[in-house]
Amino acid sequence: MKKLDKNYLYFGAFLIFSLISWIASFDLGIRIWNNFLVFARDMVLILPPAFVLIGLFDVWAKRESVEKHFGDNNNPLRFLWSVLLASTTVGGTFVAFPLANSMYHKGAKYSSIITYITAASLFMIPMSIMEASMLGIKFTAIRLIGSLPFIIIGAILLEKYFEKTSYRLPVITDEK
Amino acid sequence: MISLYIVTAAALMVSYLLNAEKTMKGLRKGWMKFSKTLPTYLKLLMIISLVLLFTENLIVDYLSQDNILLGLFSSLVLGSVTMMPGFIAYPLARILVERGVPYMVVAGFVTSLMLVGIVTYPLESKYFGAKATVIRNVMSFIVAGLIAILMGVFYGEVFI
Repeated sequence: MKKLDKNYLYFGAFLIFSLISWIASFDLGIRIWNNFLVFARDMVLILPPAFVLIGLFDVWAKRESVEKHFGDNNNPLRFLWSVLLASTTVGGTFVAFPLANSMYHKGAKYSSIITYITAASLFMIPMSIMEASMLGIKFTAIRLIGSLPFIIIGAILLEKYFEKTSYRLPVITDEK
Repeated sequence: MISLYIVTAAALMVSYLLNAEKTMKGLRKGWMKFSKTLPTYLKLLMIISLVLLFTENLIVDYLSQDNILLGLFSSLVLGSVTMMPGFIAYPLARILVERGVPYMVVAGFVTSLMLVGIVTYPLESKYFGAKATVIRNVMSFIVAGLIAILMGVFYGEVFI
């Protein structure tokens, strides 16, 4: 019998709290629940297909091709691939973290995956379109173009540091 | 959102036709990862729902102040500790702009909101480890500040 994650207990408590709030019309509790629903709806829609894709990535992506596109230090194009992959990642960092972890274990460089997750939160296409319509194209253009050099320089610096201290990312799936 | 499902369905179909066994293995792997992270996602959602409750008013109050540097600093800090979906964040950003809050401050908020995830720490540290998570977020905070200043320069709000 596997030990139940304690977060499930918290979640159970949270559900009970919300139910009581609803019965007792406790305003604060209802507002928390409504906030929860806003995020939960997105996650319920995005996570299942995202993890199907991550699973397929795990079995199909060849180590050599990940290394070639994301793991070669003499290949500056790896930043382009990282940013392109990021801008098409639906679900932002919630999906980007697990995928970046898989890429790392298939031989991607730190600078590539850090560029990828950073860009995944900044470059999401639907979000950028919404931003441009709300705040103006100038705002979005400066933010996107302006952030690129910072992201890449930051990623390279972090990679230098991680390699110097020989840091390893945690392994998530082991066949059990 | 629909495109995500179309892509996933197409990928699954092609994958299954090419190699059914490999596909099933991939699905099992995806499921394993998902079930291992699900509790973390749940925890995250609960934290976010709470944080969002307290920050929305704070944001409008703190960011509409006269001192632009203090405004920028508050925007970076508030953006870092908060997390909200785009359809809440951008209307809020627009309200700020209409109230006369400098673009630099709004940019600081929007950028650190997306880039720095203090509330997503449980999720990020699961995949990246505690140390990498902390360092990456510190780096992101600095980057968010730099982007905001850049924005200020372009909109003529600060002069270097």
